Amino acid sequence: MDQSVTTNLGSTVLAALGDAVNDVRIFRDEVTLITTKERVLEVLQHLRDVQHFEMLTDETCVDYYPREPRFGILYQLYSLSRNIRVRVKVMLGEYERTIPTACGVYTAANWLEREIYDLFGITFDGHPDLRRIMMPPGWEGHPLLKENPVKVEEVAFSFNRNRIDAEKPYARE
Amino acid sequence: MGLEQKLGNMGVVTTSLEQAVGWARSNAIWPMLFGLACCAIEMMSTQASNYDMSRFGMELMRASPRQSDLMIVAGRVSRKMAPVLRNLYDQMPDPKWVIAMGDCASCGGVFNNYAVVQGVDEIVPVDVYVAGCPPRPEALIDGILKLQDKIKKEPLTKWQ
Ligand code: SF4
Repeated sequence: MDQSVTTNLGSTVLAALGDAVNDVRIFRDEVTLITTKERVLEVLQHLRDVQHFEMLTDETCVDYYPREPRFGILYQLYSLSRNIRVRVKVMLGEYERTIPTACGVYTAANWLEREIYDLFGITFDGHPDLRRIMMPPGWEGHPLLKENPVKVEEVAFSFNRNRIDAEKPYARE
Repeated sequence: MGLEQKLGNMGVVTTSLEQAVGWARSNAIWPMLFGLACCAIEMMSTQASNYDMSRFGMELMRASPRQSDLMIVAGRVSRKMAPVLRNLYDQMPDPKWVIAMGDCASCGGVFNNYAVVQGVDEIVPVDVYVAGCPPRPEALIDGILKLQDKIKKEPLTKWQ
């Protein structure tokens, strides 16, 4: 992408939104707007209506444990009319795992936020239907949090396979 | 012009009922379509003309569990899919068999994580495990032939 476009985008958004945007980071022509959870809807609304970012390509979450603030919520926006992309990022602390829903601005956020809720346990205020989407309904916990172990089963080698086999649940007829 | 005149004197062949039933069962297995992941592609090519599973009396892949005897679990089973798989297994009429095709179905394979069942033997009883990621069609056919041998040896009292 033309480098001036990204630089311009950063400065125009910063000028229009003022202190709603804490920081603008540009890395390899990718623009990231850092904002807070109180102002994020305002920023998204502005990007959609004024800057013509019509499409929410993805909304996701990162667990930066043990860093604090621990969670990063990311909104990836795409402008079909201008063919440019922008990323909005909100940091959430360990004990504030909640953020206003973006469903009112982008309808596409509905299922994406359900996914974040399912895998990270972040709740979205005002979400119309906050249920699990990936894991079975009775699942306990949120599997992508860093406190979960990476592996669920010990890897079997010749020295421990008999013990693992004895502990493993087997189905009956 | 009876059959005897055409074929000569065939005499009488005696066998046990168990063997006759085992032979019949093993040569008319109807597998259920149960492709779950990448292994399903190999299962399809096992069916297709290059490898041609119908040579072993298995040309009919049934889309319904009510009509099938063999469940080839081809691919990884997620935790969410596990109750569905068990449900389908319960719907199959006896006698029924299960082949775990590929590493994922046998033991979880490379997916040692929260989302994937670590081997379908946690959910349904497995008769034959076929190793490979994915197994070649020859390997699946070998597994099926092994299963046929197993069926031939099964006592009648097993399925009551
Ligand atoms: S064993 Fe390999 S090919 Fe088969 S489902 Fe697993 S990853 Fe795919």
